Formats: sequence, structure tokens, C-alpha cells
Amino acid sequence: MSDFKFEKGKMVPVPSHSIIPERDIGKTPVLECNHLGIDFGGLRAVDDFNFTIGKTEIAGLIGPNGAGKTTVFNLLTKVYTPTRGTILLNGIDTSGKNTVQINKMGIARTFQNIRLFTNLTVEDNVKIGLHNSKKYSTIEGILRLPSYWKTEKAAHERAMELLSIFNMEHLASWRAGNLPYGAQRKLEIVRALATDPCLLLLDEPAAGMNPAETAELMENIVKIRDTFQIAVLLIEHDMKLVMGICEGICVLNFGQVIAKGTADDIRHNPTVIEAYLGKRGAE
Amino acid sequence: MGKRKISKNTRQSFITYGVVIAAYILLTVLASTGALSSTFKGLLVPVCAYIIAAISLNLTVGVLGELSLGHAGFMSVGAFSGATVAIALKDSVPSEWVRLLIAVIVGAFFAAIFGFIVGIPVLRLRGDYLAIVTLAFGEIIKTIVTNLYIGKDASGMHIGFLDGDILERGGKMILNGPNGISGITKISTFTSGFIIIMICLIIIFNLVNSRSGRAIMALRDNRIAAESVGINITKYKLMAFVISASMAGAAGALYALGQNTVTANKFDFNTSILILVFVVLGGLGNMLGSVISATVLYVLPETWLRQFSDYRMLIYAVVLIAVMLVTNNSKIRALVSRLIPGKNKDKEDEKNV
Ligand SMILES: Nc1ncnc2c1ncn2[C@@H]1O[C@H](COP(=O)(O)OP(=O)(O)O)[C@@H](O)[C@H]1O
Ligand SMILES: [Mg+2]
Repeated sequence: MSDFKFEKGKMVPVPSHSIIPERDIGKTPVLECNHLGIDFGGLRAVDDFNFTIGKTEIAGLIGPNGAGKTTVFNLLTKVYTPTRGTILLNGIDTSGKNTVQINKMGIARTFQNIRLFTNLTVEDNVKIGLHNSKKYSTIEGILRLPSYWKTEKAAHERAMELLSIFNMEHLASWRAGNLPYGAQRKLEIVRALATDPCLLLLDEPAAGMNPAETAELMENIVKIRDTFQIAVLLIEHDMKLVMGICEGICVLNFGQVIAKGTADDIRHNPTVIEAYLGKRGAE
Repeated sequence: MGKRKISKNTRQSFITYGVVIAAYILLTVLASTGALSSTFKGLLVPVCAYIIAAISLNLTVGVLGELSLGHAGFMSVGAFSGATVAIALKDSVPSEWVRLLIAVIVGAFFAAIFGFIVGIPVLRLRGDYLAIVTLAFGEIIKTIVTNLYIGKDASGMHIGFLDGDILERGGKMILNGPNGISGITKISTFTSGFIIIMICLIIIFNLVNSRSGRAIMALRDNRIAAESVGINITKYKLMAFVISASMAGAAGALYALGQNTVTANKFDFNTSILILVFVVLGGLGNMLGSVISATVLYVLPETWLRQFSDYRMLIYAVVLIAVMLVTNNSKIRALVSRLIPGKNKDKEDEKNV
């Protein structure tokens, strides 16, 4: 609790419903959702969602299938416009912004159903992530002016550097759609990181991976957080992964937050156990 | 770039340039030795124009992934604006090369403006409205040109719509409604056609292998993912479509200035479909394929298969369907599913974010 700081002349209060790690306390939370909600027709897909993520926190969002987890990601990235509530990114209200602006403000994501640019190479997929950081105009590109060569070289080098996180440099010239499943998930993470986010959203990153791959992924998520000094919010069904690396965990059921806390809090929470067992019993 | 391996894309573009240059040299030599029949020589400029139309449509259909059924409309805009300018400048600009250059630029410019006007409302929408709107655009342009009169007399240029009585005594009609433009001085040459093809190929390949081109292909492959990495969808769709339209306009100007007479009927729905057939048979996104299929499919019915030319569209339709069945190409299938209402892929996509 040592580094309370005055930012831009005013102390930033940490909301009471937060569970952000000690090292982030006193800094503006990277994400703050207040009473966030959306209806699809009569269905309250997400309701009264309050959640705060610290600057360098790894947070988890769990819950049974259909609980509304992916919908939360779509709200954060403005794929859907929230019916209710506010989202603050680094203290800035994101209402009225669109998906592109949200990415420029610092949220990058992966998708539950992998969404790569399948006909393009792995390297091009990452370079597309660099679209807004390695820039030159269309005319410069068509005329192949010096800025084209210079920026393309920088983009190539950066793409290779990012691919090296998952040791994927040798796959650079592969067609993305031909990659094995696990590598496609990793490429999505690399592409998201290429946009230089401050908050990385991962939607079931370990889905379809074997235990060894999952273990490697866990290490890499921590490595990414440590090297990039960013926050990560992940949706995952693999409890070993969630309990292993998430500092704050939020449990959703039928669009409602039923529990929030550290891994230990969640593990022993009777409501959570019931939600999960109840679902398993029904299957 | 140093010792870096030449990428597949770069290799592909150089092969295309090579084939086009080789074909140009070969045909020029054959023509100078008198080995080409006059029918064949007469086809050289139109073939160049249709090659340009095909590669430009391939930019929209293959690279951008949008379906346009009115590409001949942009050719029409380029043809009539370019030919009008060329005729109007006949006395003041004596050099044929300069006049052709101006006409092609004017044709490309007007087609680009129409591309922008058509594209801006449609390409903002999610879904496949472009096919319908371009189809209507082609028909509208045809109707407008059929009823448009442009003439020149002592007091300058005059334009009339529906009414051809616009000139004082001694004036000269340039665009004469349903009779189109006649008495054109043929200033398009095979060499100028070749040069425009090369310029268009260089623009397309350099675009595709650049930041903007990657953005265009990204939104083709996955719109939602492209947005999630900060790509402005409307901007890049519009960019690709306007470039494509302007190249079709250049093709139209080149074509018109290689004919004695052009009428609006030349650029109808059948022509749009013909260009689309060139693109689909040549392979979506494959520029060399478009060049070859445009050449073969334009020349064959005009020469050796003359007796079958009445059945041209029928044969193309059958071949088109056969190609779809044989290749079972996912892109072609997507293209077909766009034409069949209720099979909207994009909507499906949206639900599974
Ligand atoms: N675009 C949509 N239209 C209607 N209902 C939707 C839409 N997106 C999600 N839903 C519904 O919202 C609920 C939550 O879905 P989702 O967020 O995908 O769950 P999960 O927690 O498994 O990721 C589900 O009942 C789903 O059917
Ligand atoms: Mg989900």
C-alpha cells in the first residue's frame, strides 16, 4: 500500500468492489465497469456487471456456458453497445466509441471461435496488428517511396520479435489457415499484442490445447504480462489455468456476477460450487 | 532488400509483369512482320481494355471480396467522358499521345467519382448490398448516356438531357444520345494499352503488398477481427473500390478511343457479367489469371469460334457453373451464396463473435 500517487493533480480512488493486486493500488485501474449490462430482446445477457482490473493484473472471468462471458468481451470492445452502465479505460469513459477506437485506446482481444486472416501469411497477420503503429500512406506504398521500405523493414522486425514470444518465427511464411489449432490460438494472441494494448482480452485461450500446451500457455501469459507490463483478462474453463495465474476472478452465471475474489475465495465459495455442480448435474 | 528471400507475392507479381511484357513484344514483332491478320490486329486494343477491366474488377471481387455486377458502368463513364474530352481537345491538343493521356486520366477520374458516390453509402453497410447497387448503377448509367447530348459550337460546349436540340447552326454533336459518339479518331494503340495494363498491374501489386493492401485483405478475410485490430473498414473498402472503378474508367476511355463509334449499349449488364466471368475463370485474386482469361475469352469468340458467338453468354454461364463445381472454391461458394437470398454468410458470422 506504499505507492499512493497523485495523478494529474488528483488522487485516483480505487473502487470498493475491486480486487486489484497490491502493486497496482493507487494507480488508475486499467478497466472499470460500472453496472454494465445488455439485453437481447427479453434476455438479460449481462446485468449489473461491476469489475475492476489493475494496471498489471491477470484477471479471470469464469462461469458455465452461456453465462455471458463472451458478451462481456463484446461489450468492452463495443461489438455490442451496452444497454446500461459505463466502461472506463484508464479512467476515460468509452461510451460512444466504436470497436476501432477502442482498439486504438488500448484494448486488444482474441476470439472464442478463432478469427484469423486465414488466407494471409502468419507474418502478414501480425503486420495487420501493427497497422496503426507502423504507418505510411497508400501512395507511399504504391510508389514504393523510402518510407515504405523503412517502415516495412521495421514492421517485419517487430512481427518476428512478437512471434518469438511463442517461438513461431519459423512459421512466418505459413498460411495462417494451415496452422495447427494451438498455433492459431497463439497467433491470435500475437496479433492482439501487435496493436500495443494496455489490456489484453483472451477468450478461452486454452480451448482445444493439450495439458502440456496449456502449461506452456500459462507461463507465456505471465511472461507477456511481465514483459509488456499490461493487464490481462481471460475467459477460461480450465480451472488449473485460472486458479494458477489469475489474481482476481469474477464468476458469472446467467449474466449475473455471483462471486468475485482471489483464487482461494472462489474455490471455496458455496454459490460458485453450486453453479458449477448444478450445471454438471444437469448434463 | 539485402539478402532477404523473395517472397511468394513478389515472385507472382514479377511473373505477371514478365508474361505481359513478353506477350507485348511477341505481338508487336508479329504485327510488324505482317503475321497478324487484320481482324486480330483490330482486337488488340479492345483486348487490352478488357484485360484492364478484368484486373480492376479482380481488385474488388478477389482482393476486397465484394461483388460488383456493374463494372461495365464504370467503363461506360470512362469511355464517354474520355472520348468527349478527346474530341473536344482535338484542335487544341495536336499530339495524339497527349490527347489519349488526358482522355484516360479524365475517364479514370470521372469513374472514380462515380465509384465514390456509389461506394460511400453502400460500403458502410454490413452485408452484400454492393452487388445490387452496382447492378442498378450500370443500368442507370446506360439510360443516362442514351439520353445525353453533348455538342460544341461557336459559343462553347453544350449539354442537353433528353433533348438533342442544343446547338446553334454550324455546331458539331459529340455525344448524340442513343447514337453515342461517332467519328472518333482512333488514337488508342496497342502500345498505349500495354502501358496502361502495366501501370494498373504495378498499382494493384504494390497496393496488395503494402499496409493498405493488407488492411483490405484483412477485412475481406474477417471483418470483425480486422476491426478488433483497429482497421477502419469503410475507408479501406472505399479505397479499393474507388481504385477499381477508376481503372475500369481508364479501360473504358482506352476502348472508346480505339473504335469509330461507341454507344451506351456496349456497356450493358452482359458486359459486366462478361468481365466477371474473366475474373472468376482466371481465379479470384489472381491477376495473371485475369489477364489470360480475358485475352482467351475475348479473342476466341471474335475469331475462330465466330459461329458460336451468339451462344457466348450461354457458354460462359455453363463454364462458370462448371468451374464452381469443379474447384469447389470457398470464395466462389461464398460469392454464390451472396446471390442467393437468405444464405447470408455475414449475418451468421456476426452471431458468433
Ligand atoms: N447477438 C446475440 N443475440 C442474441 N443473443 C445473444 C447474442 N450474443 C449472445 N447471446 C446470448 O447471450 C447469452 C450469453 O452468451 P455468451 O456471452 O456467448 O456466453 P459464454 O459465457 O458462454 O461466453 C447466451 O444465452 C447467448 O445465446
Ligand atoms: Mg463464450
